[in-house]
Amino acid sequence: MSIALDPAAMSAAIDRLAGQILSAADGQAIDLVGIRSRGDEVAERVFAKLVESGAQARLGVLDISLYRDDYEHLSSNPTLQSSAIDFPVDGSHVVLVDDVIFTGRTIRAALDALFDYGRPAKVDLAVLIDRGHREIPVEPRFVGEHLKTDRMDRVDVSLEKIDGKDAVEIITQ
Amino acid sequence: MARKDFLDIVSLDRAEIIHLLDQAVPFKDLFTRSVKKVPALKGKTVLMLFYEPSTRTLSSFEVAAKRLSADVTIFDVPHSSVTKGESVRDTIDTLQAMRADYIVVRHHLSGQPAAIARQTNASVINAGDGAHAHPTQALLDAFTLREVYPELPGRKVVIMGDILHSRVARSTSTILDKLGVEVAFCGPGSLVPQTRFKRFTNYEEAMSWGPDAVYQLRVQKERQDAPFYPSDREYHSVYGITEDRLKEISDKGIYVMHPGPINRGVELCDAVLDYDRCLISQQVENGIATRMAVLFGLKPDLKNEPS
Repeated sequence: MSIALDPAAMSAAIDRLAGQILSAADGQAIDLVGIRSRGDEVAERVFAKLVESGAQARLGVLDISLYRDDYEHLSSNPTLQSSAIDFPVDGSHVVLVDDVIFTGRTIRAALDALFDYGRPAKVDLAVLIDRGHREIPVEPRFVGEHLKTDRMDRVDVSLEKIDGKDAVEIITQ
Repeated sequence: MARKDFLDIVSLDRAEIIHLLDQAVPFKDLFTRSVKKVPALKGKTVLMLFYEPSTRTLSSFEVAAKRLSADVTIFDVPHSSVTKGESVRDTIDTLQAMRADYIVVRHHLSGQPAAIARQTNASVINAGDGAHAHPTQALLDAFTLREVYPELPGRKVVIMGDILHSRVARSTSTILDKLGVEVAFCGPGSLVPQTRFKRFTNYEEAMSWGPDAVYQLRVQKERQDAPFYPSDREYHSVYGITEDRLKEISDKGIYVMHPGPINRGVELCDAVLDYDRCLISQQVENGIATRMAVLFGLKPDLKNEPS
């Protein structure tokens, strides 16, 4: 096991994400949608930064459990949490936010879920960590930190609110 | 490990019930989206096997299954080979060969869904069997009551009508009891069995017990060989919610529930349907959400497929 990001490095990564999103928005309104669980907390922290910088932003959360493609392999179905997107998705510019991008399948599911709320004008993807090894053609536009990992490694992201600490660890199998 | 079947409330523990009720909330949230459907059960088949007529429960399950993207087949029993003498067992073998993943069963005999569950790898859901159980009704009732009272323990509900022959009374009282609600039964003496729940045979006495909700059972005209009351008007004046009684209910802020379909002028007067604490239409909507949670929560026996 090795610590890839300490709390200070995570803070810096979140700042970088917020900065990239802000400059790309070019004064337009930003609708962040965090993917449960942990993408929502990353989104919340990016949102706080955006609001601090005076940007016009809104925040929603998305639970993608019902859109997964791997039920057949689970002994019991995942526990659902509520999604909450309180703004109209139709015509909005949505930035999907997740903690880690790996195979890309979660994002595929999140796009399906998001489009059932309405038809956004544009969707971008922001991730705190890109660890590589994509299985489908999905690429994030905004990345907090790139990590070199082995396909079999596990990347564990801990976040203050949900896990009680800030850390990114790589666990070698 | 998830369950294969959903047959009654008695065998569920409190934690499982709370989990199912919690799981139904995100499903209800879906109903406000532009697309109400999710792909969770895409490619799965849900078979409706109704040996007893039902419109509401059948269509509620059908909507629930379709909103999960399952394919739904309704096995129309009254017009099927069952009327030509095929046994339930042979019917199930036939259905097994169709590889249904979920079978929703309603039967006039208690225990028939459980018997079917033992015979198939599909997940079996009891949609009402005889006077035994109606567990999804119980779940939607508990969900509806929990929406208005997030803290259920200590709340009081009186269930009114023919308790003895009612599977709704049986299942709903069981689930409410497990959730810490105080339950009382009220109805004609010969139709209110002695249980550990409080027992009333008089409407006014039941109301002076101070219930938070009155649950009116449907008068089942089709199930009464010998009716237990002489006329609709008589029942209405003895156990029904009349205009006068509605005033009292409204003054005290008591909620009114009913499993449907209602007999207007028998269990309740028309004005109840416009009463702001009448929960009947919420019960219908919540029936879909809770049935989605049940379908999503079960795991058909995948490793034991028929050859």
